[in-house]
Amino acid sequence: MELAFYLSALAAVLATLGVIVNPNPVHAVLYLVVSLLAVALVFFALGAPFAGALEIIVYAGAIMVLFVFVVMMLNLGHAGIEQEREWLKPRTWLGPSVLAAVLLFTLVSLLWQGDTQAVITGGGLTAKGAGTLLYGPWLLLVELGALLLLAALVTASHVGRLSPVAAPSPAPRDRPTSATGTPREDT
Amino acid sequence: MNGIPMEHGLVLAGVLFTLGLGGLMFRRNMIFVLMSLEVMLNAAGLAFIVAGTGWQQPEGQVMFLLVITLAAAEASVGLALLIQLYHRFKTLNLDVASRMRG
Repeated sequence: MELAFYLSALAAVLATLGVIVNPNPVHAVLYLVVSLLAVALVFFALGAPFAGALEIIVYAGAIMVLFVFVVMMLNLGHAGIEQEREWLKPRTWLGPSVLAAVLLFTLVSLLWQGDTQAVITGGGLTAKGAGTLLYGPWLLLVELGALLLLAALVTASHVGRLSPVAAPSPAPRDRPTSATGTPREDT
Repeated sequence: MNGIPMEHGLVLAGVLFTLGLGGLMFRRNMIFVLMSLEVMLNAAGLAFIVAGTGWQQPEGQVMFLLVITLAAAEASVGLALLIQLYHRFKTLNLDVASRMRG
């Protein structure tokens, strides 16, 4: 269990690094899928199989498919990749990386000073516990989530609609359905 | 070695969050900005799950469910905005959308 945790943690960190430094959007989306699958494996190693399955189905399945659809629909060419490569100069990423590293150093040093003494031995988190909490004392959270998803659906179908002035497209019949059909995938 | 110390899981969540934060700051393509946001939300969910398994409380899973819902809503709205940006400016560079000089 420990070996699975540390190996999948390493895979998650490396894949996330591949996401943020990759100039090609399609490769970055696939690296992000690998990162999410590695995090799902971390969940399995920690003993939360329900969360791991949910991560694979919802994150790596639904949300990433949405990203892949959009990247393929926009059909970005090689010019975009060249421009990304030009933007990824050390002068661009050095400052933000130093700032983020300072924040990470602070966080890790604070964590190391703490004395939680908690050791994760695995098991414990099942779907049953989450279900009894969700439909018992945390019922408001379910309603909030439903409201949030409804608001996201309305917003996505309103914002994603293409006005004919902004985009004089040769095929106006199938363009709006593809734009409004994409956000409907996950709800 | 018996079990994983909770700090290691929290450090992993912190490292993933920091990577997402760095990507959010130094990328200018909107697809990469949205992907960095996904990474950061995923790291927050990982921290919830680590805390839930560390203290044997199922509330961590419930908050993870809320984080996943939030990520789905954010991704759908963000991708709709991305399609609009591409159709209006024919580019994904976020710097062109600064007409309000913000």
